[in-house]
Formats: sequence, C-alpha cells, structure tokens
Amino acid sequence: MTRTALGALMSHWRRNPWQLAMLLAGLALATALWSGVQALNAEARAAYATAEGLLTEGGAATLEHPAGQMAEAQFAELRRAGWLVSPVIEGRATLGAARVTLLGIEPLTAPPGAGPALAAPDLQAFFAGQAFAHPQTLREIGATEMRLTASEAVPVGTVLMDIGQAQRRLGLAGQITRLTLAPDQPADLNPLATLAPDLRLIAPGEGATLDGLTQSFHLNLTAFGLLAFAVGLFIVHSAVGLAFEQRRAMFRTLRALGLPLRQLTACLAGEMLIFALIAGALGLALGYLLAASLLPDVALTLRGLYGAPVPGALQFDPLWALAGLGMTLAGTALAGAQALWRLWQMPILAPARPRAWAHASARGQRLQAGGALVLAGLAVVLALAGSTLATGFALLAAALLAAALAVPLVLSLGLRVSEAQARTPVAQWFWADSRQNLPRLSLALMALMLALAANIGVGTMVASFRATFITWLDLRLVAELNVTPASQSQAEELRAFLAPRADAVLPMLRVDATLAGQPGQVYAMTDHATFRDNWPLIAPVADVWDRLAAGEGVLVNEQLYRRAGLTPGRATLDLPGIGPMPVLGAYPDYGNPLAQAVLTEARFTAAYPDSPIRQFAIRSATPDALSAALQDEFGLSSSQIVDQAQAKALSLAIFERTFVITRALNVLTLSVAALALFAALVTLSGMRLAQLAPLWALGLTARQLAALELARALVLGAATLVLALPVGLMLAQVLLAVINVQAFGWRLPLQIFPGDWARLGLWAMLAVALAAALPAWRLWRQGPAQLLRVFAHDR
Amino acid sequence: MTVRLVLTLATLFLAPMAHAQGFAGLGTDAEGFAIPERGRALVFPQDHGAHPEYRIEWWYLTATLTGEDGQGYGVQWTLFRSALAPEDRPGWDNRQVWMGHAGLTTTEAHFSAERFGRGGVGQAGVDSAPFRAWIDDWHMTSHAASDQDAFDALDVHARGPDFAFSLDFTAEGPLVLQGDQGYSVKSAQGQASYYYSQPFFTVAGTLDLPGGPVAVTGQGWLDREWSSQPLAEDQAGWDWVSLSFDDGHRMMGFQLRGREIFTAGTWITPDGRPTPLADGAVRFTPRQHTRINGRDVPTHWQIDWADGGLSITTEPLNPHAWMDLSVQYWEGPLRFSGSHSGRGYLEMTGY
Amino acid sequence: MHALELQALRKSFDSAEGTVAVLRGVSLVLPAGQSLALTGESGSGKSTLLHIAAGLERADGGQVIVAGQDVTALGDAQMAEMRRGQVGLIFQQFNLIPSLNVAANLSFQARLAGRHDTAFTQMLAQRLGLEGLMRRYPEQLSGGQLQRVAIGRCLAARPALVLADEPTGNLDEATGDAVLALMLELTALAGAALMLVTHSPRLAARCDARAHLRAGLIEDAP
Repeated sequence: MTRTALGALMSHWRRNPWQLAMLLAGLALATALWSGVQALNAEARAAYATAEGLLTEGGAATLEHPAGQMAEAQFAELRRAGWLVSPVIEGRATLGAARVTLLGIEPLTAPPGAGPALAAPDLQAFFAGQAFAHPQTLREIGATEMRLTASEAVPVGTVLMDIGQAQRRLGLAGQITRLTLAPDQPADLNPLATLAPDLRLIAPGEGATLDGLTQSFHLNLTAFGLLAFAVGLFIVHSAVGLAFEQRRAMFRTLRALGLPLRQLTACLAGEMLIFALIAGALGLALGYLLAASLLPDVALTLRGLYGAPVPGALQFDPLWALAGLGMTLAGTALAGAQALWRLWQMPILAPARPRAWAHASARGQRLQAGGALVLAGLAVVLALAGSTLATGFALLAAALLAAALAVPLVLSLGLRVSEAQARTPVAQWFWADSRQNLPRLSLALMALMLALAANIGVGTMVASFRATFITWLDLRLVAELNVTPASQSQAEELRAFLAPRADAVLPMLRVDATLAGQPGQVYAMTDHATFRDNWPLIAPVADVWDRLAAGEGVLVNEQLYRRAGLTPGRATLDLPGIGPMPVLGAYPDYGNPLAQAVLTEARFTAAYPDSPIRQFAIRSATPDALSAALQDEFGLSSSQIVDQAQAKALSLAIFERTFVITRALNVLTLSVAALALFAALVTLSGMRLAQLAPLWALGLTARQLAALELARALVLGAATLVLALPVGLMLAQVLLAVINVQAFGWRLPLQIFPGDWARLGLWAMLAVALAAALPAWRLWRQGPAQLLRVFAHDR
Repeated sequence: MTVRLVLTLATLFLAPMAHAQGFAGLGTDAEGFAIPERGRALVFPQDHGAHPEYRIEWWYLTATLTGEDGQGYGVQWTLFRSALAPEDRPGWDNRQVWMGHAGLTTTEAHFSAERFGRGGVGQAGVDSAPFRAWIDDWHMTSHAASDQDAFDALDVHARGPDFAFSLDFTAEGPLVLQGDQGYSVKSAQGQASYYYSQPFFTVAGTLDLPGGPVAVTGQGWLDREWSSQPLAEDQAGWDWVSLSFDDGHRMMGFQLRGREIFTAGTWITPDGRPTPLADGAVRFTPRQHTRINGRDVPTHWQIDWADGGLSITTEPLNPHAWMDLSVQYWEGPLRFSGSHSGRGYLEMTGY
Repeated sequence: MHALELQALRKSFDSAEGTVAVLRGVSLVLPAGQSLALTGESGSGKSTLLHIAAGLERADGGQVIVAGQDVTALGDAQMAEMRRGQVGLIFQQFNLIPSLNVAANLSFQARLAGRHDTAFTQMLAQRLGLEGLMRRYPEQLSGGQLQRVAIGRCLAARPALVLADEPTGNLDEATGDAVLALMLELTALAGAALMLVTHSPRLAARCDARAHLRAGLIEDAP
C-alpha cells in the first residue's frame, strides 16, 4: 500500500518537473553554499593546527625574550641546569621568488611534535642544509640553490631547516628566537625565574594564536554561509508548500481510499528524505567545487591579513560531507515541517480550495507583523545592551529577520494604495492581482530582500572601509623608501650610510609584549614631522606629540584603545620592563590583528636594549637615486628595498583580496535569491492560467498578459530593492559600528556610495527580469492554447 | 663493549648512508675517519678525552651497589659519541652527535633515560683536562688531584623522569689496557677498537628513587672505547660481562655472535696486571631465558674458562633490566657462583 | 446586419487516434437581438464552435463575421480588440477575476471597452440582485451569484454578441432557470444577440431559435 501511495504522490513531481527541479536546486544550493563555507573554514583551521603544531612544537610552552631574540648560549645554560629546552629561530627571508618564514630547529632536542616534518630522518643531510617546505611553497619559491624537500607537515609559507643553516640565512649567527620546553621536565630543578630572569614563559595557547586572530574572519564566512542556507531553504519551503497545496485533493482521495494519516505523513516525510539525500549529495559536490575554487583567495586573504599559512588546495574530509548532509536533512525538515503539520491538521473532507490560503493568510499576516515587531524590539535591545561579537551577529540576525518579515506587509500596503490610485481597469486588476498573489511570492521576495540588503550592507561596509583605508594609507605610507637590513650589523652600517644622504632615517624597533592582557607589540617612534604631520589620532591629549617625544607616555592603536577601554589622558598601560605609562592618544591601525603601543625611541632602547632594527623608513627627495646607491653599496636585494608606491600597492592588494570572498559570496547569495524568485514565479505561472484566462477572454492578448506578468515581477523586485536599501544601510552601520569594532577593534565612518546601489539595482532588476522572463515568455508563446484549455477543461 | 649500540645509533641517524654502504662499509672503509692501529700507545690524560676523528666512542660506567637497606642495586652511566664527520667544528656546524644513557636497577624495577645533543654549542661534550664528560645536567667530572690519573676520582650524576643518582667513584687500582696494549680485536677479519678500562672503583653516593633517597656503596667499572670500523658484517649482537671476584680479581669477557662466535676477554689480577684471553678461550652458555618485550633474552649464563679453571653461573639482580630507549638492550647487575663467586655487570644486545 | 454569421466553418484536432474533424462545414446565422440555442451531444463541437465565434480559437476553413466584420483573418491584437468591443462571454466557471471584487468585476469589461455607464451597470446589478454583494470577492459567492455577476459584467459592456457556454451547468435546475430567464431578459434589454450552448432541450426551447450539432454539421435548421 505504501508503495502505491508513494507512487501516487510521486506522480505529482513527474507532472511538475519544474517544481521538482526548483526543490532540488534550492536544497542543493543551500547545501552547497553552507558546506562550501564550512569546508573553507575547516581547511583553514586544519592549516592553523599544522602551523601551530610545528611552530610551538606540539603545543609546548615556550621561553621568549622581550626583544624577540636571545643569545643561543642561553640554550646550553638551561640544558646544563637540567631544563629540557630546544632552540628555535624564526625569521623572514627571500628564497627564490618567494618571501618565506625560515624556521630553524635543533632536531636532537626538539620535542616530538616537530618530527613529522622530517619524513626521512636523515640527520646528516638535515645538518648539511636540507630543508622542508609545503609543496605549494616549493612552487612559489621556484628555482633555488637550496635542497628543498616537499612535506605536507610544514605550513604553507614556511621553510623548515636546521637551526644553524637558518641562522646563517637570516644573518643571525649566535641568536635564537625562542626556546621550547618539553612537556615533561625533571623535578627539583632550579626555577627558570632564577636561571633566566629575562625570559618570559609563554604557556601553550597563550599569545596570538591563529585561531583567535582569524576567528572573526571565519565568523563572517559562517554568517554568510548561514544566510545563503536560509535563502536556499526559502526556495525549498515554497516548493514544498506549493506541492502540498496542489496535492490536497490527492491527499483527500488517498485518505478516502483508506490510507491512514500516519502512513500518508510517513510517505511524505520519506519523499522529502529522498529529495534531501539526492539534493544533499549534489550540494556537497557543488560545495566542494565552490570551496576548491574559492580557497586560493581565502588562503591569500588569511595570509595577507593574519599571516596564517593556509594552502590553496582543498582536502576532502568525509566528516565534513556527513555534517553537510546532516545540515541538508535538518533544513529539509525545517522547510517541510509546516506542510506536514498542515497535513496532520487537515480534516479528511476538507474542500480542495487552492485559493483559500491567499485569504486565510490574513491571520498569518498578523502573526508575521507581530513576529517582525518582536524581532525588531530584540534588535533594539541587542543594539543597546550587547557588546560582544556574538550579540553583534545576533543583532544582525534579528534585524534582518524583522525586516524580512515586514517585507510582505509593506509591499501589501503599497499595492493596496496603488490599487486605490488606479484609473484603468487593467491597472486596477494589475495591483489587485499582485496583492492577491503576494503570499505566494513573499518568501522569494523576502529572500531577495535579504540578499539585496546583504549586498548593500556589505558593499557599503567594504566601500566605506576602502575609502577610509586609502586615506589612512596615504597618510601612513609617507616614507619614500622602506629598507629591511639583513642583519644587525648591516642595520648599523645602513644607518651610518643613510644619515648624511637622506632627509630622515627612521628605524623601526619592535618587541613582542602582552599589552593589557592581549598579545601585542611595542614600537619605538622617532620624533619626526613624518609622524607629527601625518598620523591621524583619536582622542589625543593636548600637546600629544611633545609629550610623547618627552617620553611621558605612549600612543596605542585603536584596537587596544577600544578593547581595553584606554581613554587617553586617564588610562595607563603597563609596559613590560617599564611599568605603567599614561596613554596619550590612539591611532587607527587597520589590518593589524594585534594590540600595539608606541613610545619614543629613547625610552624604547633604554628598556629593550638588545632589540634589533627590523626596518628603516627613509625620507628622501631622491628615492630612486638612494635606492640605486643602496643596491650598489650594500648589494641589497629588491625585496629588501620597498618604495612608497610598492608598499601602497601591496597594502591595497592585501585589502582587495580580503574582500574577494565577501564579494563572491554576495554574488552567490543574490543568485540564489534570484533563483528563489524564479522558482516561485515558475510554479506560480502554472496556477495563474485560471486567473488570467478570464482577462484573455475579455479581450487582452496573451502578449499583453505576458508583459503585465513581467512588469509585475519588476515592480515587486523594484519595491523590494527600495525596501532593501534602508535595511542594507542599517546592516552596514551595524557592521561598521558593532561587528568591526568587536571583531577587529576599529570603528569606521559610514559612507554612502549611490553609484554602487545603482549598479546593484541594475543587476537586481536584471536578475528579476531573468527570473520572470521564462514564465512570461511561455505565457506569450503558448498563451492562447493554454488559456483556452482552462475553458476546455470546464466540463 | 657497546659497539653495536653506537652503530645502531648511527644507523638511526644515518639511515641513507648505512643503507648505501652496509655495516661492512663501516667496517672496511672509514670515509675519512681514522682507523685503530695495533701498536699505537695510549697516552693519558689525552686519551681520556674525545677522539672526533674516529666515528664512535664512549665513556661507559657501571656500578654494582648495596644500599643501607641491604638491597642490591645497579647503576649505568654512559656517554656515546657518534661522528657524522671526522672533525670537531664549533657552533651548529658541529657534526658530533652525543647520546647519554642512564640506567638504575633494583630488585623490583629498572629505570632508564636518554639524552641527545649536538657538540659545538656547549650542550654536550668531553674535556680531557680537567676531565669532564657531560650532556645537559648529566655529568662525569674528575676531581682527582693533579698528580693523579683523572679517573682516580669521579663524581657522576644523571637524572631521568622518575630517578636520579649522584655517586662518587674512587679508583683503587691502575687503568687496564684491554687486548694488545689497548688494541682490541673484534672479529676474525680483524675489526678492532681502542679499549681500556678502570675496573677498580669503589663507589659511594645516593640514589633518588620514587620511594625516596637511598645511600649506597659498592664497586664500579669504567670502559673507554673508540673506533671507526668496529664490527664484522655478519655480527648481529654480543654478550659482555665485567666481573669482580670476591678475591679481588677482575675479569672482562665478551662473545660476538656472527656466523662464527668470536670471543675475547681479559683476566686481571688485583694489582691490575691483565692477561688477554684469545678467541675461544672463554665459553658463554645460556642457562635460562626471560621473556621481555616479546623477545627471549638469555638472562642467566654459564661462563667457562677452562685454562683458568673457571666455571661459573650468573644470576641477574633483576632479569628485566631492559633499556627501553631509542636503542634497546639489556644491561644490569648480576651475582655469580660456582668455581668462583662475586658480582658483575652484564650487557646483551641484538635480541 | 447579423450579430454573427458563420460560413462553412471547418475545424479538426490532432489526437492520439489521428486527426479528428470536429466541425465539417458549419454555416449559421444569428440576427441581431435574437437568441439561438446550440445543442448537441458531448464532443459534438459546440464549445469549439463557440470558441471560434468568440475569437478565442481559429477555424481551419470558412468565414466568421461578427457584427458585420469579417474576423476570420484578424491578428491576435485585433482579435482581442474584437473580443473586447463586440463579444460578451459567459462560461460555466472561471468567469470572474478572482483578485477583484464584485463591483470591479461588473464594470471591468465595460471599462475595458470604453463603454462604462455607471447608471446602466447599477441597474444591471439591481436587476441581478447583486447590490448587497458589491464589495465581496468571487470566492465568497455561491455558484448562482457568480453566474449573475458574470452575466452582469458581460451585459454592462453592451456587446453586440453574447456567447454563453453552459452558463447554468453548475447550478441546480431552479437557480439555472432563474439565471437563464434573467439572462434572456437582460440580453434583450441590452439589445444583444445571444448564442447559448447547452445540452438541455428544456433551456433550448426558451430561445428564439435552435441549432443542433451532430458529427460536425448543423442537423436541423431552425
């Protein structure tokens, strides 16, 4: 009996292949976007785990010096005192065509975590200079004189080698970056605080972990994935709901023929399960392809923004596939629950009135209005009271849902007003008919509104960020040349050489430090007009530059200022080795995930005397000549000298890449929304023949009717676009003023870009026109025959 | 007498090289490394120090001890050197790989620990004057007077995760040259090493055990050996004993297990005069096996030296004296009885 | 001038059994202001004939003249204009525009044809007993009410020709008779000719003339 019933139920889909296609496409797309985003996140996180596994030698604690370096003699001293430590040196170097992180380890003492990289434990070769790198890094490096061996266990962008070899390549003989501590240390040793009071013990997981730094990026991705998933579910929901309505008569007949309700419900649930599995598999394949095609950009973004080593090639993880399929099933259950519930509630002899729900929706509208109000209220509460990234996203979700729920109500109101204004009978019918069909389109329109609002919001946020960033970059990158010395001795030589030849030589000195409990860095700043004239400051105290130059306090970056609530003039910041310093002002520091403090060079070198000079910013009227002189005199490579234009281009490129994914997901979300509209219009068009036939009989041509159908879609689309505009701006404001502050630590001014809206509007209208084109075209071409059939079916 | 041990260490590190050449390659062609020559006189204190031009070398100390609690104990402290190149460069370019092993045997348990390090940066090494051998905080340091041999007074320390020991070794007799004036042949094909011992230590100090510290006294034995081509191709392992007789005599004996058994030994009078025992003079017969980590290890032996009227059977303090480290072997204290009686140390590899 | 003149009308359909000739040369004349009942068995081609007369469908051969205008060869747009201006259609169901209320439905065709006369429409509504239903929507009406609205809408536009396809087929006998009587009366009042397709001889008898279709031909002339 079940099979017979299932066969009867399935026959509906055979007769309505478009509906089936929409249902499957909706589910598959929802799954694809969600699982694609998840695959990206998982891949990135796996890469972080690899990186941290290797860098911290399997989650071991480390000993570090505030200056970022220490003499390697400290290694032997601590070993001789019984402490099981292993030396590591880390630094940036140019190998072949790539700039990479050189990681030098000492294999005999390294804790076991560093082992996997050494696939073949050929100690002799390793000592002699054999190095290991990820295959992708090898490709990026290209030809080199080094003996490089491919290893998946090394993070992308890192080259692992013997410590001695790394010291030589980095020009840091006798220096090490840190000591890793073996997890099990002998008992009763002299305490480290006595043996090496200048070293800081960093517990595993403390400090700037990639996971922590990139969390906001992944949260953003996940939010987008979820949005796309929700939009996809709109499609599924409308397809399932429509199929339910159209099969009411069949349900009644089946039940009248003796099929128990329980079994009928089970059959329908089974039907949905089958669809979910098919669409889920399809969606996973699509999601994998999507992730694989987006991963290179994601990897570049993460590397550019956080220095996180993510490979550009995707691995397949069966667990990911299972999770994705689970999400599809859950989504299908959610989208189909209402239909099943109504089936359960339906009396056996309920009349088959397909049009009933249009009018029964009055109650639904009230519920919707109530829901929108409650969500809007929640959004307001969250906006006022929330202060974390999670509440920020909750605020976004509540506000967006409220706006989405309000869409049909507002549109209905607008159509009612238009109907009242209509003068001709066709116009009157046009508005009345649009309003009557609104409930069937409302989910698709809500999806469209969400997609458009997300586009406007994210677009405005990105454009605002971009405009602010470029202005800031122009101010920040005033030095005509930036030179990276190969070693400390070269740094001294360069300084001596440059002093008489350049207008100013501004050394870049830095130590790592924990600032107000956050991983961060302390920089030295030379008192110079370069900074005084160009650094925009947030809430500075009076005479901020003079006071800074006098060593009376520090400047902090905006991230630290906001996260730690350091009000200039009132708050102090504890600097390691110095103690509390008054905060004099905050400066924007876009793109940097770490906390930062700046103090005068004199105080800096007094507190951190061993800190090496990492870079010189050079002011010069003749940068080209100076650059040539540096190359001739010191044989500096081109990667060691970066001129202003290069630096700007590099920063901008990193910035642009950061939002490539956002844009791609934006486009995809909009496409899915257009598809949702298409699905709704196609399924609706079949039912609309009976509504259109009288008009045709009364003297409208099929062509006119088709044009009116197209116009209706465009009018509704345009109205939705208009509604999306304020919602999008609200979204942008929340992103700029709440999410960005929480996630990155900077607040940006909202700027308006009407040109972008016009472009988006054009695209949206094109998408709507495309979605409406097929049903309209069919009406036009096959109209008379189809419409006549309405009357021919009469008997 | 831990040739194979260091070779295994070398194999561990130098897999490609060992594969390319085989152990025979190490034995017959020494790749720029010096080769022991018969007749070269050993010179002290220089030869107490490291010989980086030879491929392998060790300072190997064992002690049979009795605690204040009356229990028997055994201690092993060893520093191995394995060279990747026949020179001692400073800094990270150094190619001398050092490995420390420490063992402590009680009747109930056997503790072991190991350390690795590279020469040239101060983590591990051997200085000859004043004598000091160390890796990390493990050390064997001479505090002998300047007119004495450096080995006459040593203080020795090692520490593992669950044990430690600090012992004073005082020599009661002279150094003893093994083989032909310190040239010790290891196979019928002529593989050899330089080999001398200090078998006359009295020992006092403290063992740190999970149950608390134990004061101990007893006897100790130091082996020094270095070479570049120590084993024949077919030799898979060996059994080695150092014996202290109740009457003050000492004896060293080993058998190398290859296609043929190769044996050698030295009979040492209480005043330190050695008599080398040629191949075949000493016979090793296993009497009882113990199952350890899936292997059958002959932990009880009968040892016969017919010409000397010696026929003894040995009994280990703890038959499970297994060094469960990167290189695995059996090393522990024993008692012997029969025609003679006393205490000693047994080392067995290749099982 | 005749309201409708059909000459040698032929129409066939492709079906699974091959080409079926539904109309095989039908000629027929409906003078202005007259009523004609078209009867015939199911499948005799009554509806097809009516659809062709209404300009909803095209004949394979023959001529259709509505209110003196030859409409046989008109294009889609002109055909729609003809429907709008000259013809009123009443079907068994699907007559009304579901999104418009009774008032809007009533005046819809008249306004479309540019002949809206508020007084006349009000009079019709009154005669049809629809005054109390003007703000209701089609799905809130009974079958008889729906048909009365359909008749009112059709006549409000004052077409030359009213074509009705089983307009009372959905109604019980008493209601059907009442609706038909009203329709005949009001058609006459509006000066329109009526062609009524029905399978009921009882209803046919109430028309001025009758035609019977059998096997694609008019069997007995009136």
